[in-house]
Amino acid sequence: MTLGAWLALFVTLVVTAELVRALRHRALRQERWRRFFRHRTTTWGLGILVFLVLVAVAAPLIAPFDPNKQLDIVHLKNHSPSWTFLLGTDVLSRDVWSRTVYGARVSLGIGALGALVAVALGTFVGAVAGYYQRWIDAVLMRGVDVGLALPRIFILLMAVALWDGLPFAALIIVIGLTSWFGTSRLVRAEVLSLRQRDFVVAARALGAGSGRVIFRHVLPNAAAPIIVSAALGVGNVLLLEASLSFLGIGVKPPDPTWGNMIADNAPSIYTAPWSTLFPGLAISLVVLSLNAVADGVRDALDPREEAA
Amino acid sequence: MTGAAWLLRRLVASVAIVFAVVTFVFILIHVAPGRPCPENVDRAVCDELTRQFGLDKSLPEQYVRYLVALAHGNMGNSYANGRPVGTAIAGTIPFTLQLAGAALVLDFLLGLGLGIYQAVRVNRLPDVVLGNVTLFIYSLPTFWLALLLLLVFGEKLRWFPVGGASDPILCPVVNSLYCVVDRLWHTVLPAATLGLVGAAGTARFQRAAMLEVARQDYVRTARAKGLPERRVVLRHQLRNALLTFVTRFGLAFPFLLTGAVLIETIFAWPGMGRLAFDAILLRDYPVVTGTALIASVVVVAGNLLTDILLGLADPRLRVRATTDVEAVTA
Repeated sequence: MTLGAWLALFVTLVVTAELVRALRHRALRQERWRRFFRHRTTTWGLGILVFLVLVAVAAPLIAPFDPNKQLDIVHLKNHSPSWTFLLGTDVLSRDVWSRTVYGARVSLGIGALGALVAVALGTFVGAVAGYYQRWIDAVLMRGVDVGLALPRIFILLMAVALWDGLPFAALIIVIGLTSWFGTSRLVRAEVLSLRQRDFVVAARALGAGSGRVIFRHVLPNAAAPIIVSAALGVGNVLLLEASLSFLGIGVKPPDPTWGNMIADNAPSIYTAPWSTLFPGLAISLVVLSLNAVADGVRDALDPREEAA
Repeated sequence: MTGAAWLLRRLVASVAIVFAVVTFVFILIHVAPGRPCPENVDRAVCDELTRQFGLDKSLPEQYVRYLVALAHGNMGNSYANGRPVGTAIAGTIPFTLQLAGAALVLDFLLGLGLGIYQAVRVNRLPDVVLGNVTLFIYSLPTFWLALLLLLVFGEKLRWFPVGGASDPILCPVVNSLYCVVDRLWHTVLPAATLGLVGAAGTARFQRAAMLEVARQDYVRTARAKGLPERRVVLRHQLRNALLTFVTRFGLAFPFLLTGAVLIETIFAWPGMGRLAFDAILLRDYPVVTGTALIASVVVVAGNLLTDILLGLADPRLRVRATTDVEAVTA
C-alpha cells in the first residue's frame, strides 16, 4: 500500500461516516425514517454499502496497483498479506487488495443493474396484471408460474455457457430477465388490494387515466415491497454473478469480479487462503448489508411489522 | 370450489407448467450457437454425428420427435456416452436425495429450534446475537462457505473427506457397515454447507412467524388464563406459526437443487446438479433437457405439496387460491 492509497482509504472512511451521520440526523426528524435507523444493524449495513460504493467509485485512488498486472510471477506469487500487499497476492502475483477494490465496480455494478432490470420488469408486469385483471392477469401470471418453475441456475448456465463470450450487458440482461418473477407476484398482490381503496377509486372517478392512476396513486403506495425486493434483488444478482463466475462462465478474466477471484484462487486455497477468503468476505458483507437495509426499510415503511 | 376439483385443476396446471419449461429449455438449447461436437473433431465426423442425432432436421420436427419419445417415457440417449438419459438421471438421484435429505434435516431441526428460541427470548441478548449470526450465515455465498468448510475441516483438521460420495477404492466393490458409515462421513460437509445456510433462513422465518402469532388475542388469552409459558409457546404459538414453516418446506426444494449445482461441483458429488452442469458444458442436449424436466417437476411438486399441506393444516386457506401465500414468500 502506498501512502496515497492509505490516505484515499482514510478519506473514504471519513466521508462514509459523515454521510451516514448526516443521513441519520435528517432522518431523526421523521417518524418512519427514525424506525429505519432504530436497529444498529441497519445503520451499519447502510454504512458498509455507502463505503463500498465510494470505494468502487474511487478505485483508482484506493488501489495501489494495477489490478490486472502480474507483479512478479516468480517471487511474488501467493505472497501472504503484508504492509505492501494488504490482502496478499494471488496465484498470478496480482495484488488481491487492488483486485478486490476494482472488483467492487464490476460486482456492485452487475448487482445494481441486474436488480434494476429485474425489479423494473417485475413491477411493470405485476402492476399491469393487478390493475387490469381479467385475461391480462391470467396470461401474465401463468407466465410467472412457468418462470418460477424454471430451474434458474440451469437456464443461466445454458445461456452463458452456450453463447460463449456473452458481452457484459447481455449477462446483466439475462440475469435480470430470470430474476423478476417473485417481484411481479408481490407487486400484483399489493396492487390488487390497493386498487380497491377509496383514494384510487376517487382518482379514477376524477377521470385520471390508468397510466396516471398506476404510477401516481397505486405504485407509490406499494413502495415498501418494491424497495425491499430491490435491496434483496441486488444481493441475489450479486450472488448469481459470483456463482456463474465461480463456475468459470461469468465475467471473463482478467477483469476482476469477486466471483472470478474466488474461482481463480480456489485451487490454491490450502496454501494461500487469503486470495479466496477476502473476495468471499466482500460478497458476504454486501449481501449482509443489503439484507439488513431491507429489514430496516420494511420496518420503516410497513408499520405492521413494528414489534418484530 | 371443492377439494377434488381444486386438486384436479392444480394438477393440470402443474403438468402445463412442466410442459412449458421443457419447451422453453428445448428451444433455448437448440437455438444456441455451436454443435455438440468437441472442437478438435473432424468436420465430416461432426456432420455425420449431427445427422445421427437428428439435429439436421428442422426445429419443430425435432421438437415433435422429442415429445413423442417423451410420451413413451423415453428421454433419449446421451450424446456423450450413449446411455439412456433416464438411466443416467436415475443413477444420480440417490446421491442428490441423500445430500438434500441430510441438508433438509439440518436446515429444519436447527432452523426451527433457533427460531423458537429467539422468539421466546425476543430482543434480549441471545436473540440479538443469534439474529446477527443467522443474518450473516444467510448472506454467505454457499460455494464460498463450502470452500471455507473444506479448508478448515477437510484440509487443516482432516476430520472429513474433501470430496466424492464414498471411499473410491473399497466401497464400489465391498458392501459393508464401513461403507455405510463412510458414505455418511462424505455427506457431512456438503450437507452442512447447504443445511447451515438454509437453517439461517428458516430461523429468521420462524422467528418472524412466532412473533406474528404472539400478538394474537388467543395467545394473550392463553397467558391470561394462567397456562404455563411452555404450553403457551408450544401449543398456542408454535402450532400456528408452523404454517410459515410448511410454506418454507415446499420452497426448500428449488433452493437445494440450485445450491446443489455448485456444491456438487465443489465436493465432486455425483448428483443431478453436476450431471446437468457437465451436460451443459458438453452440449449434451438430451441430458440437459432431461435434467431440466426433472428439476421443474420437483419445483412444481414442491409447490403443490405445500398448498395441499397448508390446506390440511389451516382450514381457512382451503377455499382461497393460494397464490397470495406463495407471493409473500417467493
